[in-house]
This record gives sequence, C-alpha cells and structure tokens, in this order.
Amino acid sequence: MFNNHKHLIDISEYSDSELMTILTTAKAFSSVNERAIKKVPTLKGKTIVNMFNEPSTRTRSSFELAEKRLSADTLNFGGSSTSTVKGESLIDTVMTLDAYKIDCIVVRDKHAGAPYIVSQASPAVVIDAGDGKHGHPTQALLDLYSIWERKQDFNGLKVGIVGDIAHSRVCGSLIPALKIMGAEVTVVAPGTLIPAAPEVLGADLVSYCLDDVLPELDVVYMLRIQRERLEGAPFPSLREYHELFGLTKKREKLMKPDAIICHPGPINRGVEFDSYMADHPERSVILDQVYAGICVRMAALYLLLGGADNGLAA
Amino acid sequence: MALLLKNGHVVDPQTHTGMRFDVKIDGDTIVEVGENLSSDGCEAIDLAGKYLVPGLVDMHVHLREPGYEHKGTIESETRAAVKGGFTGVCSMPNTDPVTDNGTVVEYVKSVAAREGHCHVYPAGACSKGLKGEIIAEMGDMVAHGAVAFTDDGRGIQGAGMMRRCMDYGKMFNKTFLSHCQDEDLVGDGQVNEGVVSTRLGLLGWPAEGEELQIARDIALARLTGAKLHIQHISTARGLELVRAAKAEGLPVTCEVTPHHLFLTEDALDGTYDTRLKMNPPLRTAADAEALIQGVIDGTVDAIATDHAPHAEWEKAREFELAPFGTTGIECALGLVLTNLVKTEKIDLGRMVELMAVKPREILGLDPVKVEVGSIADLTIIDPEATWTVGAEGYESKAVNCAFEGTELTGCATDVFVAGVRKLADGVVC
Repeated sequence: MFNNHKHLIDISEYSDSELMTILTTAKAFSSVNERAIKKVPTLKGKTIVNMFNEPSTRTRSSFELAEKRLSADTLNFGGSSTSTVKGESLIDTVMTLDAYKIDCIVVRDKHAGAPYIVSQASPAVVIDAGDGKHGHPTQALLDLYSIWERKQDFNGLKVGIVGDIAHSRVCGSLIPALKIMGAEVTVVAPGTLIPAAPEVLGADLVSYCLDDVLPELDVVYMLRIQRERLEGAPFPSLREYHELFGLTKKREKLMKPDAIICHPGPINRGVEFDSYMADHPERSVILDQVYAGICVRMAALYLLLGGADNGLAA
Repeated sequence: MALLLKNGHVVDPQTHTGMRFDVKIDGDTIVEVGENLSSDGCEAIDLAGKYLVPGLVDMHVHLREPGYEHKGTIESETRAAVKGGFTGVCSMPNTDPVTDNGTVVEYVKSVAAREGHCHVYPAGACSKGLKGEIIAEMGDMVAHGAVAFTDDGRGIQGAGMMRRCMDYGKMFNKTFLSHCQDEDLVGDGQVNEGVVSTRLGLLGWPAEGEELQIARDIALARLTGAKLHIQHISTARGLELVRAAKAEGLPVTCEVTPHHLFLTEDALDGTYDTRLKMNPPLRTAADAEALIQGVIDGTVDAIATDHAPHAEWEKAREFELAPFGTTGIECALGLVLTNLVKTEKIDLGRMVELMAVKPREILGLDPVKVEVGSIADLTIIDPEATWTVGAEGYESKAVNCAFEGTELTGCATDVFVAGVRKLADGVVC
C-alpha cells in the first residue's frame, strides 16, 4: 500500500504530492542504478509476475530490471504461449497465477480495462503496464521524471503532445498526470488523430498546426506513429505527416532555446522527427526517459509492495 | 372451468380505461366484462388493488434458440417474459441457423408451442444469413408465420439492398424492423463516442452512425411505401428524424428500450462493467431526456427491451471482447412504472399503448382488448409492490442485466396467455 493506493492503474487517483513522492523515491533509487552492484534487498522474497498479453520488449525489460534490482523474484508470463491464446479467459489465467502465491502482477494487455479485471480477480497488487488505448501510468511517471529533472517545476509548464492522441495509451495517463502536476497541455495532430473529447483527458488546447504552437512550448512530446497501420490510415502518407507534424531541424528555430524533446519510443526517424532533432544533445531526453523508466518502476514497486509491512509480518 | 377475474382496475385505452370491472374468461376468450359478475361455476381470482391490462408484448427479444442455447432457450426466455408480465414476444432472427426461411420459422414456433410460456411471434431475416446480400424467402416465412422482417443486430448496409428488401417485401404487408448502424462509420465502436470513449480508451460508436441510417431508411420508406419501424432508437436527433417523418405522413414508427431511457453513458466507469455494453450504446443524458419526451409526446410508439441474454462467462471478460446486450424483459414493466408512471410523466393508459397496443399494431397482430370476444391475453399489475432487480435471481437463463440492484415499485403478479394462467402471484406456472 502507498497511502491508500493498493494498485497503480488509474493515475488520476493520485495527488500531486503522491506523484512527487514517487518521483523523489525514483531519484533515490537512481543512485542504486549507478553503483557497481546494482541491487538492493528491498523486495527480497516478493514474487512479481510480468503478465504481458501483447508483445512488448521495452516496457517488459524495464519492469524486469527494476524488479531484479529490488531483489524480487520475477516470473515472465505471456507472449505467444499465453493461456489466453489457448482460449482461457483472463480471469481464469489470473486465478491460476494467484494459486502460485504471488504478490504483484504487472499487466500489459491490448484491451482497455484488463488491469481492473485482474485487480478484481486477484488479491495481488496490480500495476498497469499499458492497457489497450486506455492508460500507461508508469510511462507517464517516467515522462514526469524526465521533465522534472530538466525543468524542476511543473507549474505553468507548457507541454505539447504531438501525434496519435486518439489511439495513445500514453496520453490516457500522461495528460491527466501533467494536469495534476500543474502543467498546461496542448495536443497537436490532424483531426483524425484527435480523440472525441480531448478535454476529458485534460487537454487545454487542441491544435492542427505544429508551427503555431511550437514557439510556446517548454516540452515537445512526440508520440510514435504506427507505420504498420496503413489500411484506414488517418493520414495520406508518412511523407505528408512528417512535412506537417515532424520535428525537423528547420522547425528548431521556432522552439524556445530551452525546450526539450520527449518520445516514448520506439522512434521512427524520418517520421516523428529527423535525426538531427532525435539526437539533439541539448534538447532530446529520449534516452533519459528510458533510464527514468527503471527508476520510477523501482519506486512504484517499492511504494506499493513495501511500505508498512515491508519485512516480516506479525 | 371458466375464470372470473374480480375487482381488477381495468386500464385499456382501447375500451374501458379507468373502470373497475370483473372479467370472465372461458377457454381462450373473454366472454363477459362487467360489474359484479356472478362467480357461479367459475374459479374466481380477486384482483382488488391491482390493474388488469391487455397482455404486454415485447416486440424485440432474442430467444437465442436455435443455435445459442447456452445463452438462453425459448423455454427460459419466455419464462422470463411471463415473469416480466408479457404475454407475447417477437423473436429476432439472429439464430443459428439464421431464421431466414420457413423451416426455421416453423422450428421456432413448434418449440414455442411445446415449451414456451407465452406467445412467440417470429421475425424473419430480410437477407439470407443476415449478410445483406440476397433477399431472404420472405413469402415462405410469411406462410409459416413470420410477423415482420429485420436484419437486427447488424442492419443492412447497402441502401440499394435495403430498398430491394422493402420493395419486394411490401407485398406481404409486414413491417420492416430496422437496426440502424452504418458499419463503415461505427467500425468497432464500443461505447458512445465522446466523453466516455475518450476517458476509457474505447473506440467510439458515434450517434451519427445510427442517425445516418435512420435518415436513409426513412427516405427508403418514402421511396418504396413499405412500413418502417426503427428499432432501439437511442439518440435525440434520431428521434427528431422520426418525428419529422411522422409529420410528413410516412408509415414510420419507432421503439425505445428501457436502458436507453433510464441509463446513460455516465454509468460507464473504470470498472468496465460489461453489462452496460449494448448496441446501440448508452448515450448521453440529453439523449435519454429527449427519448423520454418522445415517450410522453407520442413520437415513440413502443417500449421494447432488446432482451439479449448471454452466458455469464461470455460477459465476464475484457470490455472490448464481451458481446453486446443486456437482458431486460423481467424488469421493463417495473422500470416503466417506477420511472414514468409513478413520476406522472405518462399515465397507465399510455403505458399500455406503448407496451401492448402499439407493438401488436406494428407487428400486424390481432388487437387484444378488455372486451367480450377478445383473446384472453391479460397482464395483472400490482402497482405498489417494491422489489429489487436480481435480488431473487432471474427466470432468464442469463444474468447480464444492466439494471441489477435497481429498486423498483410495481410489477406483474399474474399473466394469462390465451386464457391460461402462466404467472400466478409472481410465480411462473
């Protein structure tokens, strides 16, 4: 338990001070990751299942490393061998996992709401590692962490999120999290990639023109464009998308001198940005985000699984 | 032995609304209506404090048989219908095999005759296999007792095909029950497009996906002259289109479900309750308010449930994977009594119109009236009984009721189907 939170599913249930506690805890764990021996005994004896019901390499690797550096026992469950592929329901799968006597389930699923179902079917702590088009709270935490490291203060910070807002699980958690912390959020995309009610997520402004909003932004958050989805495509070509919404060297002159560039990865060079911007030594924090992922996941696991009964129960 | 229903408060807008009468039934027919009828040679049932109305008909029900007996059967779902106060239901053709020929119509009727608890009026498919490609054998189905045509569940996508169905089928003088959903626009939509689809990260099912086809089908009713009935209308603008069509004098009617009247998309939250997943989806509070206005002003012709039983395990899963539909036939009457009659939005006579008179009229069935010579399909209502939906389980095989836990006032206590008591003091006979 972390305060009254058992799970990390809906980030909007967390207050600004709670999110800040996670960030400062992540900062403390950062030192562990920089040691020669990158391990602490914090979660020794805890069993964590990484239940990834859809393909994911980065998020899963990040969770697994975070768990191992906290000395938890981890079990990777999923992929093409999942029982759901064999026709078992999610609830039955979770009840099976539960019979292993586990403490935490990290859930990635292509269906919105799956982590809630897991939390109802199991007494374990549930962490949402991305569900459908709904949410991805640890991604939001690592984004907050990366922004915090560079900007120190969220109040009045202007964050622009560019790209597939409508189908993004990242936005479902990141926009509410940024709002909780006091930032202002502008979403930028063609109309086909804007959700029906962006204000529900917390977006203050919707724009179809990157050039219009770029001069105002402190943080430019580029979302991944799924190259593989061409049928029913929301825009005519990657070329045109790049022309209208790509962050290019040419557009850099519109940016504030200290504006930074984020991206949840994996990146598409030539689509979301050109290599100059992706690799920009002062602006791009993309690899810092990857590192932050380990730190915030260690923090979240520690706060949810440790806390008061960290140690031998009475 | 003849039955004498004594002291019931008769509500029938076609005849004696508002009077307390005794009603005598012999065989399947009402043989006498009047005050202080003699009970000599009769089995008498005292209905003091209760309403006696023409038997309710639910014109939109999925009985699931043949093909989906794990969800519900003709026996189980007509049992639920009788429990809910209905003397007859119109069964939808999305069975397996599809009810798209006389043989399947005959099968449904024969199982209903053998195992059913109330009348079953089968609707046949418009297109073979519900594929929207080839006109189904409407003549054959009519010959075997189909009462209407519909591709409910999906709707016919091509305007040309819908026009052919209507032009061909109009010689049988049946009504086309239209499920309005533009698949190209709706896609894999899960919930009403807007606030809730954005918040829950679910694909949106826009109101316009329904309204476009309502407008189209009204145009086709104008073009073909066929009788059109819009099923489970769920949006304010959709209802406005029907209102305009009626003003124009077109043969257009519509139904609304209790869930679209009394629930809104606001009920959907982070618990992803799949009982609230229905098609068309729950809409906004403004839409529900407009539908209630339509019920009051007469634009809405019928209240029908779209009773859609599913197995517990089919609904107990991820929202996007769960099937659409809620059951509703056992609580529809209680919901209407509680939310519309008790609140004096409509009177009982209007309720009888919406749930008994108009459904029969639209389906081309013989009228049932509380008068001598009418078939004795009667529903007895206790307006004061309080109960909680699902508290004592369901008669339906399914438990996927969106209204579970709702406290209601008023229910059916007795149901007579062709003179036979099928529900007695709330117990299915």
